[in-house]
Amino acid sequence: MKTLFDKIWDAHVIENIQDGPTQLYIDRLYCHEVTTPQAFDTLRDKGVKVLRPDHIYAMPDHNTPSDQQERIDDPIGRKQVDTLADNCKEFGITHFAMGTKDNGIIHVVGPEKGLSLPGMTIVCGDSHTSTHGAVGALAMGIGTSEVAEVLAAQCILQQKPKSMRINIEGELQSGVTAKDVALYIMAQMTTSGATGYVVEYAGSTIRNMSMEGRLTLSNLSIEMGSRAGIIAPDETTFAYLKGREYAPKGEAWEKAVEEWKKLRSDDDAVFDKEVTYRAEDIAPRITYGTNPGAGIAIDGTVPTFEQVGEQERIQLQGMLDYMQFQPGQKLEGTKVDYCFLGACTNGRIEDFRAFASVVKGKKKHPDVVAWIVPGSWLVRQQVIDEGIDKILEEAGFELRLPSCSSCLAMNPDKVPAGKLSISTSNRNFVGRQGPGARTILASPLTVAASAITGVITDPRKL
Amino acid sequence: MKEKFDKIQSTCIPIAIDNNNTDNIIPARYLAFTTRDPKFYGDAFMHDLRYDANNEPIADFVMNKPEFCEAPRKGVHEIIVGGKNWGSGSSREHAAWAIAGYGVRVVISSSFADIHRNNLLNCFVLPVIVSEAFQQELFATIEKDANALVTVDVPNQTVRNEATGSEEHFELNSYKKYCLMNGYDDIDYLLSKKAEIEAFENKQ
Repeated sequence: MKTLFDKIWDAHVIENIQDGPTQLYIDRLYCHEVTTPQAFDTLRDKGVKVLRPDHIYAMPDHNTPSDQQERIDDPIGRKQVDTLADNCKEFGITHFAMGTKDNGIIHVVGPEKGLSLPGMTIVCGDSHTSTHGAVGALAMGIGTSEVAEVLAAQCILQQKPKSMRINIEGELQSGVTAKDVALYIMAQMTTSGATGYVVEYAGSTIRNMSMEGRLTLSNLSIEMGSRAGIIAPDETTFAYLKGREYAPKGEAWEKAVEEWKKLRSDDDAVFDKEVTYRAEDIAPRITYGTNPGAGIAIDGTVPTFEQVGEQERIQLQGMLDYMQFQPGQKLEGTKVDYCFLGACTNGRIEDFRAFASVVKGKKKHPDVVAWIVPGSWLVRQQVIDEGIDKILEEAGFELRLPSCSSCLAMNPDKVPAGKLSISTSNRNFVGRQGPGARTILASPLTVAASAITGVITDPRKL
Repeated sequence: MKEKFDKIQSTCIPIAIDNNNTDNIIPARYLAFTTRDPKFYGDAFMHDLRYDANNEPIADFVMNKPEFCEAPRKGVHEIIVGGKNWGSGSSREHAAWAIAGYGVRVVISSSFADIHRNNLLNCFVLPVIVSEAFQQELFATIEKDANALVTVDVPNQTVRNEATGSEEHFELNSYKKYCLMNGYDDIDYLLSKKAEIEAFENKQ
């Protein structure tokens, strides 16, 4: 009768407060530099220590530059990164410092180090914490007040969300990636379609999806408003986690896998909402507007005012004014200025393999500025070990250093006002990549194809 | 900032933007600071819609119009009426700090993003969910009369458009209501539960 979400939730309930939220135990807290300084201040105000420092891992990622990591030139960003290091030292928390082999984007590092494991409750002061749900964990973004709660008491107070299952059935067409699946679902669901729900992804498409693909899909759960995305752990999950630095070893591993195999929704589990999509309906996707749900198939056209409801017209007008697009316009073939591969959405090894498969033997368009940014030092090392860096270099691309980079304008990788960027990141909001910057979200394949031609390009046609 | 809630009657600022995401509410560059100064974040509230690249006020944005530009004080502009899916996107609590720091005590909308809604409550700003019809009527009322009053009665969980007499009940669980009316934080509650937390850990 229970969903996967119910099972993890129920195993972590300390108390259901009468006509109130649930006190939920948290197994893992991740801290980055942006949303934690004020939480540590709260602890100092109250004169309390961190309750379970061994459950907590911290690393800076938002402010770190991607060209060098000897220093941060901006004094404000530098102070924030230094503050995280100081707080970790004061409160006894493991800290993966900028420029060290352990560092990277928190949502890339957590799974790849085996710190995020099936059945866990995981939180971080970052909406893309939903990423970690791909390993079969309940992973939720929280605010800074809640970060302080977890630091002080290893718990949060939450109303139990409703449950939704999104089934995707069938085989993805060539040139279509997990990113396209996520952008497709978002366009169907809208950016608030899953608000109040934890979404479980299921179906044959998901079962056949790689761990990296699942992490991409789960990462984008928040963009349709859902509290978390979750995928039942299976052999793909276990193969990915086995041998990772912090994953259980030996006998403990075998025991853990036996437990993890129980983490699936029961056959008779009832979801508050259930929808099914067909993989064959999904083409490579791009966005045309200023929210991730405003997307179309790459060979499609921007909606016209007649195609949207009366209430949506003002919003469409505003989005198109900002993006400098016309209703009914075909975007394929539009000149792009910037290309970005990276972020917690698409900064993993599979994304670099995909990008390299397109640009191999070709040359980057001379007018395009490209930022190719691995999500962690481990990913960067693997890119080098597999010789992908050479392919990139020969095609005119520079492999940069791990960082959130151009996903959000908090480090030097900012897109200038008015410029059009095609990006593997997660948000195309107004000013997200820099004040006035215009962002199109797409998959690593589509970004790679566009970086070669200098215009928005369907990777199936290159 | 932890002013206890009871009954609030105030004029409103109408921000009729659907999907007003937290990047709009406070742009990322304000996230690099480690301060907790409410005024700092309040000044950044809706910054890039309020000000152009030269930091000049954008005249046709609602918060710069003469009838809505006055900073909130008792009975004036303590309430925002927002578009649907208010606060989507990033989990940044800075967005709630910006709203609270500006002086707003209540945000009324037909829907809120989950994380932002929790953040508002933790910052002692009350998110009030109303029907779309009620929300649209509020926008219409305020457009007719910028001085129109709205009453948010926390003990009775009602919101009332005084100009039309329309009233709706809003959801607020007893626990959070008690916190808001008495100025209590979740963290204080959790710190009082240390024995239960340790008992839970010992069972694992």
